[in-house]
Amino acid sequence: MSVTQAEIAEFEEQADRWFAEHKPGNPGFILPETFMEVGTDQQFEFLRDWQQKVYENGYVGMSWPKEYGGLGMDQVFQDIATKAMAKHRVPFLPNTIGLNWAGPLILAMGSDEEKSKYIKGILSAEDIWCQGFSEPDHGSDLGSAQCKAVKDGDEYVINGSKIWTSLGSYAKYMILIARTSTDGPNKYAGLSFFLAPMQAAGIEPRPIKKLTGEYGFCQTFFHDARIPASCMIGKEGEGWKVAMATLMFERGAVGGQAGGLSMMDLSIDDIVELARRAKRNGKPAIEDPHVREQLVDLITEARGNSYMSARTKVPALATDWPDAVSMSGKLRATELKRRMCQFAISLQGANGARYVSSEAVDGGLWQRSYLNAFSGTIGGGTSQIQHNIIGERVLGLPKS
Amino acid sequence: MATIEFSEEQTMLMETAVDFCRKHSPLDRVRAQIEQSDGISAEVWQEMVDLGWLGITVPEPYGGLGLSLADTVPIAESMGRHLMGSPFVATTLATQALVQNASETQKEHWLPQIAEGSAASLALTEEDGNWNLTEVGSHAQVQGDKLLLTAKKCFVLDAPQAAVIVVSAQVDGAARLIAVTADQLPEGALVRETVIDETRRSYTLEVDALALPADQLLPGADFASVEHAALLLLSAEMSGGLAGVLHVIIDYLTTRKQFDQYIGSYQSLKHPTVQILLSMEACRSHVYRAATLIAQSDNDAIEEAVRMAKAQGSEAFAFAGDRAVQFHGGFGFTYECDAQLFLRRALWCQYQFGDAAYHRNLLAPLLLD
Ligand SMILES: Cc1cc2nc3c(=O)[nH]c(=O)nc-3n(C[C@H](O)[C@H](O)[C@H](O)COP(=O)(O)OP(=O)(O)OC[C@H]3O[C@@H](n4cnc5c(N)ncnc54)[C@H](O)[C@@H]3O)c2cc1C
Repeated sequence: MSVTQAEIAEFEEQADRWFAEHKPGNPGFILPETFMEVGTDQQFEFLRDWQQKVYENGYVGMSWPKEYGGLGMDQVFQDIATKAMAKHRVPFLPNTIGLNWAGPLILAMGSDEEKSKYIKGILSAEDIWCQGFSEPDHGSDLGSAQCKAVKDGDEYVINGSKIWTSLGSYAKYMILIARTSTDGPNKYAGLSFFLAPMQAAGIEPRPIKKLTGEYGFCQTFFHDARIPASCMIGKEGEGWKVAMATLMFERGAVGGQAGGLSMMDLSIDDIVELARRAKRNGKPAIEDPHVREQLVDLITEARGNSYMSARTKVPALATDWPDAVSMSGKLRATELKRRMCQFAISLQGANGARYVSSEAVDGGLWQRSYLNAFSGTIGGGTSQIQHNIIGERVLGLPKS
Repeated sequence: MATIEFSEEQTMLMETAVDFCRKHSPLDRVRAQIEQSDGISAEVWQEMVDLGWLGITVPEPYGGLGLSLADTVPIAESMGRHLMGSPFVATTLATQALVQNASETQKEHWLPQIAEGSAASLALTEEDGNWNLTEVGSHAQVQGDKLLLTAKKCFVLDAPQAAVIVVSAQVDGAARLIAVTADQLPEGALVRETVIDETRRSYTLEVDALALPADQLLPGADFASVEHAALLLLSAEMSGGLAGVLHVIIDYLTTRKQFDQYIGSYQSLKHPTVQILLSMEACRSHVYRAATLIAQSDNDAIEEAVRMAKAQGSEAFAFAGDRAVQFHGGFGFTYECDAQLFLRRALWCQYQFGDAAYHRNLLAPLLLD
């Protein structure tokens, strides 16, 4: 499939125009910043409607096969559409787990029947997906998960609990890893992977209040919950392999995602702009030499990240450790965001100590963003675990 | 959209440079050359000349290839990776100064010599260590067809090999550039300096009322382009140096055992090593982005890009060198351990042409106001 420069240019203009025209107005309530923080029905419905509209107009899932609901187009078009979304700062697409990890997983490993059943609903946000990996006692050490799945005829009976389930209250399906056996050669061998329906009897997601005081994720309890055996993807005992493949999609280490934004973007320009308005000791923060130096440092880091993506398109310039850039994207982006938020608070003088209220700078947006930024540095594998993975898989250092 | 361009030709040049430096500059050779007075051997230099590297940025009418400074980046990077001390970078920078600032007659005189293999150098920095290239105390007076130069310059690289040295000095109250040839320098004008990076051959150049033909004053005085070129090539050397030191670290972390475990399994070593990797990736990206802008002559964007590359790279390389020593334990404290070679190189690169704080300070108005 070859794409001409003219087609690209034309589509760029089209996408740019569409998002400029259709960017939703202020909903009148605070929107969450990532799919991990959808805490109220109002927020959820607003975002679901938005995803549906984006899908109906052909701006997500563009490279996915036509027969299952995609557009079968070249990836470049999706990348252009995603970029236009970022540029116009439109809301994110809430069905991230479906769009960016369950979906590509099903496309890569699922049967035709599974693809027909799930893909379109993922794209249209009709079917919301959640992820049941972490457990109260096993998070980073996912391989030790204990939630049980016992085969009974053509069903599996699930018992145990999953925790930190983002979108758990809204999801129709869950990608679930559960233990089907305890006597394999190692802990990984007893795990299996399911595309589990959430509406089954005995499955109960209970919302958990997060550090900001809002809701955002759940603990999901399973009490003798019966799900069809056909929900298993991969074979019994191969769940770890499937989970690892899922994590590669999740961390953006391999392509195949439906595209679109999965979080509200924070750009360094926002921080510069804040530094002009915020006051430290009676003067605009941007006049403080220490602030200026730190701002330059952050801009340099942000640009470095964007140039990295550009450089990996040139294989000759990605020698020695060719996977370093793709494997570190999540770590670099989330840690930078956390530090940018921290820095944004430091620009506010004594008002740095305020929280969401009319007196706070920008209504307390920065303080709230900072607290929420840990969703990125903890969720999806903590930053410490990311360091381990990069050290071991990219640099070949021995396991910790 | 910020792009990075790298052509087929540049890819081939890079492959040649990587092979060349690997072959001619293994670390035992680097150490052996520290002991010798004139660094690189004549045969290796001749090989570079034969490869056409000295003429890369010399315009075609003067016997060169007429390519961009960006095309020398893969070479400088490979040399940095292998700590190769050679007059290549100094010569390329002097060439750049001549291409940008010399008259037609001056170019016809100097550039073909360089393309054919004469080394050249720059004499910009002075004893006070000031990084602002236009604030110089050396001075020259025009008297008829003579120029009387009184100068004390430091960090003049590979000066004894240089057929021509481009010296900065005040002339009528403005900083200017003067080309001085080796045979014009009196006995004793060049004195070897002790510098932290022992692979470098650095000299003080001191002359008192040295009479030169007035036509050796360059008509142009574009210090900005000289500085930008220096920042680009130093950053390229740092990018290579970061990769080099990372390999030294990884080798040790995967072979040395303590408490029955490879030390690389300890996270207090593993995690900073990952940070070094990511800082190397950032450095390389800044360098090739800056090179892309220089190749495109995007003059508005070049200054930002080269200063960022130098600021980021300086800190990253210094951190990597520092950790490399620490991660080798007692062996790291020895002269024999290669970590010191990279740490010393990092310090050299950091303090030549401005450290991170200096460049951030200059970037602030460019990025924020
Ligand atoms: C906002 C949010 C949304 C989430 N959404 C989901 C979801 O939808 N589905 C889901 O399954 N999970 C989800 N998670 C869970 C997330 O993946 C886990 O929290 C994460 O993997 C860490 O596991 P843990 O919480 O058990 O922490 P622990 O594993 O107990 O870690 C505690 C601390 O120890 C450190 N640590 C642990 N092991 C090591 C090691 N080997 N080396 C160095 N340091 C180590 C960690 O970095 C951390 O700092 C979400 C988490 C958050 C914060």
